[in-house]
Amino acid sequence: MSASRLPNGGSDIDRARPLTFTFDGGRIEGFAGDTIASALLASGRAVVGRSFKYHRPRGIWGSGVEEPNALVDIERAGGRVPNARATTEPAKDGIVVRSVNATPTALADRNAVLDRFARFLPAAFYYKTFMWPDWHLFEPRIRAMAGLGVVDRNWKPRQMADQINHHCDVLVVGAGPAGLAAAAGAAAAGHSVALVDDSTRPGGSLRHRAGDVDSVEGMAWVDAMVAKLKSEGQLVLSDTTAFGLYDHNLVALNQRHRDGRPDTLWRVRPRRIVLATGAIERPVPFANNDLPGILSADAALAYLRRHGVLVGQQIVVATNNDSAYEAATALAAAGASVTVVDCRRDCGAQAGAGIRVLAGRTVVAARGRNAVRGVLLDDGTNLAADCVLVSGGWTPTVHLFSQAKGKLAWSDDLAAFVPGEAVDGIGVAGAVAGTVSLSETLASGAAALGPFGSSSTPVAHSTGAEATLGVVGLWPKPKAKGRVWIDYQSDVTAKDVELAARENFVSVEHLKRYTTLGMATDQGKTSNLNGLALLADVTGRGIAEVGTTTYRPPFTPVPFASLAGARRGSMHAPVRRLPLEASHRAASGVFQEYGGWLRPAYYGSGDAEAAIQDGVRRARQSVALFDGSTLGKIEVIGPRAADFVDFIYYNTMSTLKPGHCRYGFMLSENGVVFDDGVLVRLDEHRFIVSCSSSHVAAVHARLEEWRQDRFGRDAVYIHNATAQYATLTVSGPNARGLVEALDLGATLDDASLPHMAVAAGRFAGDEVRITRVSFTGDRSYEISIRADRAEALWTRMQQEGCAFDAVLLGLESLMILRAEKGYIVIGKDTDGNTMPHDLGVAGPRTKRTGEFVGRRSLFIEAADDGNRNQLVGLAVREGEAPLATGAHGVEKSGGPLRSIGFVTSSYRSPILGRPVALALIERGAARHGETIDVQHLGVVRQATIVAPCAFDPEGKRLHA
Amino acid sequence: MQLFPCPFCGPREESEFHYGGEAGNLRPDGNDVTAERWAGYLHMRDNPKGPTREIWMHLTCGEFFAMSRDSVNHKVSGSSALGETEHGA
Ligand SMILES: [Zn+2]
Repeated sequence: MSASRLPNGGSDIDRARPLTFTFDGGRIEGFAGDTIASALLASGRAVVGRSFKYHRPRGIWGSGVEEPNALVDIERAGGRVPNARATTEPAKDGIVVRSVNATPTALADRNAVLDRFARFLPAAFYYKTFMWPDWHLFEPRIRAMAGLGVVDRNWKPRQMADQINHHCDVLVVGAGPAGLAAAAGAAAAGHSVALVDDSTRPGGSLRHRAGDVDSVEGMAWVDAMVAKLKSEGQLVLSDTTAFGLYDHNLVALNQRHRDGRPDTLWRVRPRRIVLATGAIERPVPFANNDLPGILSADAALAYLRRHGVLVGQQIVVATNNDSAYEAATALAAAGASVTVVDCRRDCGAQAGAGIRVLAGRTVVAARGRNAVRGVLLDDGTNLAADCVLVSGGWTPTVHLFSQAKGKLAWSDDLAAFVPGEAVDGIGVAGAVAGTVSLSETLASGAAALGPFGSSSTPVAHSTGAEATLGVVGLWPKPKAKGRVWIDYQSDVTAKDVELAARENFVSVEHLKRYTTLGMATDQGKTSNLNGLALLADVTGRGIAEVGTTTYRPPFTPVPFASLAGARRGSMHAPVRRLPLEASHRAASGVFQEYGGWLRPAYYGSGDAEAAIQDGVRRARQSVALFDGSTLGKIEVIGPRAADFVDFIYYNTMSTLKPGHCRYGFMLSENGVVFDDGVLVRLDEHRFIVSCSSSHVAAVHARLEEWRQDRFGRDAVYIHNATAQYATLTVSGPNARGLVEALDLGATLDDASLPHMAVAAGRFAGDEVRITRVSFTGDRSYEISIRADRAEALWTRMQQEGCAFDAVLLGLESLMILRAEKGYIVIGKDTDGNTMPHDLGVAGPRTKRTGEFVGRRSLFIEAADDGNRNQLVGLAVREGEAPLATGAHGVEKSGGPLRSIGFVTSSYRSPILGRPVALALIERGAARHGETIDVQHLGVVRQATIVAPCAFDPEGKRLHA
Repeated sequence: MQLFPCPFCGPREESEFHYGGEAGNLRPDGNDVTAERWAGYLHMRDNPKGPTREIWMHLTCGEFFAMSRDSVNHKVSGSSALGETEHGA
């Protein structure tokens, strides 16, 4: 190949602004307006990449998003872009470009030897070969040899990507003549329009193909139309790819910026979509049709007219249709010697001056090693060539239409699939709809608007030459000699397709997965139809019958940064934060996430385990302060509030006296324990549901469901006040003394405020609620106060606490305190089978007569199964370490070893001087005293089943 | 991303909603309900292909409502608040 830059011409480039960059270490010169691909061609580079599997040398094939070969990694200010298409990336001064999948360079790739073993590497070679003894043995080296670009592990975005939600009346995808006609028509009818195009400039085919509209040259009309749309305030975006069309006609766009900013993601909800996405030229099947220097005829014309690049001196054009003749004529006029090999007998009339046409002939093979040197025709003729242009017909770009669940219809006239029956809200226009001439194309743009068009606005008319097509099928044939490439990007040959069919992968979806045809970033843009046609031939079916694979978004690759937008780092899954976080941090709190909340795990800068154990010890000895603000506080208010809580809870709650609280379970309708917690009754018609921290949203939703479904809006009102209050807990033998020192104005003696009672008080002018409930087993007071006034109370508690040697308690210490007492955490000490009687709370099941959530399920056969897992404690032998959480109790009785349950919580208890554990064990409640085997990671230990409560079983300390 | 019409808030993105189940799955009360009937309430769904009527919750306003849509093409034909006659329906 001897491509070169012509002294003149090139509508896209600015010869006054030269630039240089490097490619595989070599210096490349170009001009502003060049793509990386056009600059590489202009500098005579033939080999720009290596193929995915065989490491074959590959050159530039296309001029846009259809490019299957020229994938490059680009380093530029702002970081590295992997797997960019050289055909769509602008050339920039100073960028460093590397070919992918080639070591060290595309031209001198050391894995090129793989190609000589190609006959040992058929489709599915890896599946069949590296099975024994284990694929993982081979995987790293195979992955290193295959694969594409390299991700920069140190990459950090300089800023987050913008994401924009946009609404408009009409979205037009594609700013070629059809799209522009549609956009102009919609705007004239008074609609808001968004016109998007994935190229650097609007114009589509008019950018490099002849055509006059309304008596002006094509691009002059394009520029005038775009200027008019912009002046009317319509949205016109270039460098913007509509990559996905989703349910309810949501269209996702990715907009690339040329100033180093990350790409912008647009979510557009138009009332009408016009797809004017054009068509992609197909390769022509012949042996070695992947040699560098063989490229799309349309791309050659684009490089000539947009970039002033002549792709070769001695050019053979292989075609089955009329569209290649414009390229042939233009290249001949630019000085190349051109021979057209047209498979049709009847075609000669088109040829321009100085072109030789061989009608009724086909190319069967290309010659050359790192670049094409010539072709062999079906009649045995050899033609020398430094460049072969191919046009195998045009494949409408139906990806978005197909994503919208649009059905495709086979067109014999076009030898391609076109959009079939219309999809609601979507019109198709131009080449994607199968139009050929500019007249048809412009008319289809206006027609595609449907109800958003206007009959009174004038339609643009073609006033120049009209294109024709006259395409005939030129498909790959079975048993052809040599290696005929179907999919350049995935390295699939005709023989691979035939092999798949022989092995009975005759469904097009199976073919795709077995051979990888049409996969990866290419998504079958150039390869799909040739593959289908061959499969049809081999299996004796028509192409229409074989059908196409499902097109999936994205149409072209989209950077993760664009999809992520602001949802990265700490914003990926934002944690909820305590109102007193700053105070905890000032007190050396070490934070962890618990059920979506960021909470202090422990306090102190030293050893974590020591701090946690010290917290437990001091909490038992004197008093602990603990931030329990995350506990649910859902208010249930109204005339039927008491009926409501009776229905919601497993336990009878309506008998609770105002000013008191009761512990209870909420069940799911399948009888499984869903949440536990304390219900506070403030007065006759007002309760507070204090549910688990991580369950608040789910409990709230359930309460709403039953309220709306069963009780009615005027019977009960539900308000989630969790975030409005901070709850600060004082727990331990000296708890009462400390709370008294706070001067809350409440009577705290045990007659006035016994365990499980609530009192009102005031702190610094604000109402506080003091609740005597305990999750530690020690006397405890939970003080709830407006979240924005909590800090003063917390400070005061710490000041008064000095006299009592009060300790700040993190969640890890609290978990030990509650486990010592056998207090459970739902979802940790229970699983998806645990019913309340498995936890030893059987009373309501047998005694309650009223209806409640999950009641009927407590009487199904499985609920009475004698082998249910039940909550127990597990004790280990003196001096042994704690059991592993998750370790299984195992039993071997007759049959194989089997699980009889598992350890749910396990800690070292500093007060007891030994480990404590909770577990769910089969028939556990009746097995206290029995020693069982407990297995973890292959090690079996013994543990004795005991009562869940290991500390103060009489509960004296609650009142001490 | 689908657009669902909350009867109270208007069209919103599907991520704001929570599926509540097929409409018309009435809860049978009482302990004399047969195991089959209870299992039907808990587990047995029609899962229709085509037009379907479902209960959804709009998370941002907290309201449950009935929505009619097509499970094949995902078209939504309408939604309505749960009136008195719709309790449990
Ligand atoms: Zn709503």
